[in-house]
Amino acid sequence: MAIVEVRALTKHFDGDVHAVEAVDLATTDGEFLVLLGPSGCGKTTLLRMIAGLEEPTAGDVLIGGNSMAGLPPRARRIAMVFQSYALYPHKTVLQNIVFPLKAAGMAPDERRRQAQWAADLLGIGHLLDRKPRHLSGGERQRAALARALVREPSVFLLDEPLSNLDAKLRATARDDLKLFQRRVGTTTVYVTHDQVEAMGMGDRIVVMDKGRVRQVGTPGDVYRHPADTFVATFLGSPPMNLVRRDDVVVGFRPESFLPKGVADAGAEALTVSFHVHRVEYLGSERHVIGTVEGLGEETRVIAMLPATVSVDVPVERSHEFVVAAGDLRFFDVGSGLRTERQRL
Amino acid sequence: MSTPPATAAGTAGTAEPGGRYLLDRKGFLARVMLLPAVVYIVALVAVPFFLAIAYSLSDVTVGDPSFDFVGLRNFATVVGDPTFRRALLNTVLITVVAMALVVVLAKVLALVLVQDFRGKWVVRLLVLLPWTTPTSLATIAWVWLLDSLFSPIDWVLRQLGLLEGNLYWLGNEGLAMTSVIAVQTWRIVPLAAVIIMAGLSAIPSDINDAAKVDGAGFWRTLFEITIPMTLPVIAVATLFGAIVVFTDMAVVFVLTRGGPVDATQVLSSWAFFRGIQGGDLAQGAAIALFLFPVLLVFAVLILRSAKRMEVM
Ligand SMILES: Nc1ncnc2c1ncn2[C@@H]1O[C@H](COP(=O)(O)OP(=O)(O)OP(=O)(O)O)[C@@H](O)[C@H]1O
Ligand SMILES: [Mg+2]
Repeated sequence: MAIVEVRALTKHFDGDVHAVEAVDLATTDGEFLVLLGPSGCGKTTLLRMIAGLEEPTAGDVLIGGNSMAGLPPRARRIAMVFQSYALYPHKTVLQNIVFPLKAAGMAPDERRRQAQWAADLLGIGHLLDRKPRHLSGGERQRAALARALVREPSVFLLDEPLSNLDAKLRATARDDLKLFQRRVGTTTVYVTHDQVEAMGMGDRIVVMDKGRVRQVGTPGDVYRHPADTFVATFLGSPPMNLVRRDDVVVGFRPESFLPKGVADAGAEALTVSFHVHRVEYLGSERHVIGTVEGLGEETRVIAMLPATVSVDVPVERSHEFVVAAGDLRFFDVGSGLRTERQRL
Repeated sequence: MSTPPATAAGTAGTAEPGGRYLLDRKGFLARVMLLPAVVYIVALVAVPFFLAIAYSLSDVTVGDPSFDFVGLRNFATVVGDPTFRRALLNTVLITVVAMALVVVLAKVLALVLVQDFRGKWVVRLLVLLPWTTPTSLATIAWVWLLDSLFSPIDWVLRQLGLLEGNLYWLGNEGLAMTSVIAVQTWRIVPLAAVIIMAGLSAIPSDINDAAKVDGAGFWRTLFEITIPMTLPVIAVATLFGAIVVFTDMAVVFVLTRGGPVDATQVLSSWAFFRGIQGGDLAQGAAIALFLFPVLLVFAVLILRSAKRMEVM
């Protein structure tokens, strides 16, 4: 097992594309680190630089404490699963899985045994003689994983491996993948733009935007204590409500924004007048959409009431809503960064 | 529930007889579109083909175009002729050797050309030139390159101290065959390289990246990934080249006229010399028809490779 570390890693493509800009990161041993960010923020580029498939413009990649500068991918003891799976279409599943072992010069018997072990671990032992085009999406993903893990690499790099699966399969594949990673305990860097995946699987999440790291932390951390307004609005669905008040932005999660009297919000709770425009029933919850008045600028915000809250909220009227003092976040208007708690 | 259902749907289907929706009918449109191709094939391929068969079974000559059926006599005469057997052997030999060279050279060239380097468009254009030049013109240039007295190739060899005097490229049997094979190879390589290049660029870049991550070096990637994945394309390129070389007479005609002493005679040049210049149309047709079964096999193989490409 190994620790992956990147120092001031930068990648500029021709035509002035700053794909990755001075990124500093370090995993811990055996960690499942998720890179999360919107499309085009440089996640794949960062991962490919760790793999050695892309030459950094500046900065260093270290694996297990050793600089990887100038080393080709095969010298890095990494395994990568591509978004497209990149299975070799003319080889059977077995031939796909043994390919890295063959390249490493392992004896045929040993190869076969190792491949069988990997395939059984992922539950595709009965598919070894099939060609990839005869596999379902989920089976392909497992075949790609089997090929990645068969060499027992020190680092797994996964680039959106679940994005080609349908929603239902994705949920089970997520469980399988996470359980599997915990079992083998290999340090993993996992790229996704799906926050549910990131929150559910990551030991820690790295939130990226426009080639820069905005925040690194546990799922709870980045959700509850976003470092800036980008993280606050990127995570959570619906995202955090932000209301500008003079030179500060006040933020609160839709689920912390409740009708007065529903929950005990504590003595210091913020009470605001909420003019309701529309209510959406979503089964397990209700989204109440309206504008807050008297807090700062009049802003459209959303309250999320769980189904257990049955209070009636008639539309086109103002209601008293509260936010517990501990659930309020404050950001600087100019930089968007989190600031000190304020008295309201 | 007593009203009979689907009367509305029934009438809607038959409401417009022909006319307005004629072009929406796939069968009709397909036939109209195919018509020019059918006319073309009948006029320029089928008619000459059956004419050739008819001639080969007759005693037609340029001097005496009256048609008398003689059965397989022409074929018997032709097969009994040692020059014909030489020509048949030469045709096969030239095609096989040239194609073997083409596969290797075109593959290497394609691998070089898909790389990203400055000025690659100029290089690609230059590489394609031999294919775009008319065969007869290009071959005339080769006649000069291989001239018995003034050959620049000989001159270079002399300057390098590898040769005294001249090689007489086109005067010596072995060297004449070598020259024909070299020119055919030179002519087909660019086309084959471009076809293979298209095959190479169709390999997803993720596959190449995966091979890198999986620890495969250059040779392993080449033999286990690149070549197998482009095999159908290589097959098509080679078979196309084989057909072109197998039926070509321009190179031999311009370079050696089949000489020295019929040593480089091929089927199409021999058919020409016999049928047109010798005036024996019937025998010429019989010789040319020997090309047909081989070409048929090539065509079937091409179609099969194309099908395999679809499956990949
Ligand atoms: N080879 C390249 N040449 C030029 N620009 C590139 C290249 N590869 C990526 N980019 C640019 O770099 C930026 C980051 O790309 P990257 O693929 O890393 O994004 P991503 O975060 O993986 O996005 P997605 O979630 O859509 O996969 C994008 O703006 C992209 O257009
Ligand atoms: Mg990506």
